[in-house]
Amino acid sequence: MATPRSLLDKIWDQHVVCAPAGEQPLIYIDLHLVHEVTSPQAFEGLRLAGRKVRRPGKTFATPDHNVPTTDRSLPIADPISRQQIDTLRNNCREFGVRLFDLDDADQGIVHVIGPEMGLTQPGMTIVCGDSHTATHGALGALAFGIGTSEVEHVLATQTLRQSKPKSLELRVEGELAPGVTAKDLVLFLIGKISTEGGTGSVIEYTGPCIRRLSMEQRMTVCNMSIEGGARAGMIAPDATTFDYLRGRDFAPHNFDAAVAKWELLASDPGCHYDRTEVFNGADVVPQVTWGTNPAQVVGVDAVVPDPASLTTAADRDSATRALEYMGLAGGAKITDIPLDRVFIGSCTNSRIEDLREAARVVRGYRVASSISAMVVPGSGRVKRQAEAEGLDSIFREAGFDWREAGCSMCLGMNPDTLAVGERCASTSNRNFEGRQGKGGRTHLVSPSMAAAAAINGHFTDIRGWNYNG
Amino acid sequence: MEPFTIHTGVVAALDRANVDTDQIIPKQFLKRIERTGFGEFLFFDWRFLADGSPNPDFELNAPELADASILLARRNFGCGSSREHAPWALGDYGFRVVIAPTFADIFYSNCFQNGILPIRLEETDVDELFRRSEAGPSRLTVDLTTQTISDDSGFSRGFEIDAFRRRSLLEGLDAIGLTLQHAAAIDEWEQAHGVPQG
Repeated sequence: MATPRSLLDKIWDQHVVCAPAGEQPLIYIDLHLVHEVTSPQAFEGLRLAGRKVRRPGKTFATPDHNVPTTDRSLPIADPISRQQIDTLRNNCREFGVRLFDLDDADQGIVHVIGPEMGLTQPGMTIVCGDSHTATHGALGALAFGIGTSEVEHVLATQTLRQSKPKSLELRVEGELAPGVTAKDLVLFLIGKISTEGGTGSVIEYTGPCIRRLSMEQRMTVCNMSIEGGARAGMIAPDATTFDYLRGRDFAPHNFDAAVAKWELLASDPGCHYDRTEVFNGADVVPQVTWGTNPAQVVGVDAVVPDPASLTTAADRDSATRALEYMGLAGGAKITDIPLDRVFIGSCTNSRIEDLREAARVVRGYRVASSISAMVVPGSGRVKRQAEAEGLDSIFREAGFDWREAGCSMCLGMNPDTLAVGERCASTSNRNFEGRQGKGGRTHLVSPSMAAAAAINGHFTDIRGWNYNG
Repeated sequence: MEPFTIHTGVVAALDRANVDTDQIIPKQFLKRIERTGFGEFLFFDWRFLADGSPNPDFELNAPELADASILLARRNFGCGSSREHAPWALGDYGFRVVIAPTFADIFYSNCFQNGILPIRLEETDVDELFRRSEAGPSRLTVDLTTQTISDDSGFSRGFEIDAFRRRSLLEGLDAIGLTLQHAAAIDEWEQAHGVPQG
């Protein structure tokens, strides 16, 4: 009998083009996603060397990082931002790459539009010059972020030099309690394995708790794999995956035949993982980060840790520094932390289910007078769907800003930023120093926790929320 | 790419774990469409005060480290965003080597594309190098041909590196050019998997 193989093994084996002696293997790339920030130098490199894009049909681009989320009919005010977006447009035209431009109905965050158009499919290798490419692994693909030199390499050759990564199985038993979301689960897991627990590895999320997650919830989990150090996270495709993909624009025409192939991708029973860790979904409570990396996280019912209570000197130093930056003291109750801003959006949490979840909390309430709150849908499609369901009215009536699609305040490359000292409950993925604006203080939470924080002006345990209808 | 063989230089010690690429090069400088000129923005939010003057408390601003070319760091250096602007900024500032107990994967790989050598050393050895730099700027010689790091006062350690990456740096190989030597294998793979032209 053949040796049992994991999902990673199967995708890897199928994509090795060659492994010449003394070189790293070359693997074939099925889908290359491109955005405006990490591609200009790659296209320029091609131009200088007189090279073409080898497979434009496997390459798709959209502007997302740097785009305004206000009125799209106006020109972009910042000339450098405008130049970068113009450069992407010109490069796509010159090299024959399909672009979902700023005025395209399908524009959006690259990791939102890939799955929603069915570009992302099980068994694929997918790269993008962005670390959150891990998102696409939720559909059973091997998807990871690359640097700009590698972007150029993939454009020119449709392959990448890559040694096979190690495999890390994170198995989650049980199920999540009501009010506890995929975001809480992944923050909890990062808190357990640390920011570098997955370094050198691809994470495969397995177990009944993962199987119960919807497609979009799986994307939230895989998205943050990089915050645990893993370049990629993946979940074996199943009926949830196939139901999600059926009928999407780029889904295979002969869908049933594709499903028959995809069904073979799941890891074989008894396959080898380099490391396995087991958790239970029932142990997860709504999470709030208190520090300046995503592993500095506790439950909403806890207090900010006292650095002196931490085990290693490095953790104590890191926590002391983080608390100073965050303007917090050890021992403070999480629910006592007052906020200035709330951001609902990003490739982690800007899909329709995220917006539904947040709107359900917001319905019938008003944003606290001390809070400025905004919702930034992940794509044009998500925005239209939310408007068709009336979610925009719920948010607007409560006092939220309702914006156009883009990365927005997740990284603050566009005008959506925090001011010095402002404290934000954010559904994004990074609470690094200055991430949302120099001197800004970010707490990562789920969409429903962010919504409740906007209403009350401070963190609130969503498990006790009084829903209106 | 500029080959890397042997390098001797001043060590700048940055005693912080989990230095992410947002710190190495903040997002406001990612709008440029060139590969060059990022050095002046390296560690910008740590290096400069709100009024634009150098922050006297930031390690790299010590006058004796003005010519530093070897960065000594703590665990998980380069975590976060995939931005290659991080090694571009480090290289443009003058760093040729980064030494840390561990690196984030994407940053580690990006360094090799830009002639920067990231070296993983045991935590105890990194601790020792931090101790040696406390009294004043220390110098190290990094020899990629023999895979050793040494100083004038008895510190000498070997380091591990993937053989292909080592060769690429030593020879300053053009990665795309090398891959294109395997164009026939790529054609064959595409034919075998029914990949349409275009």
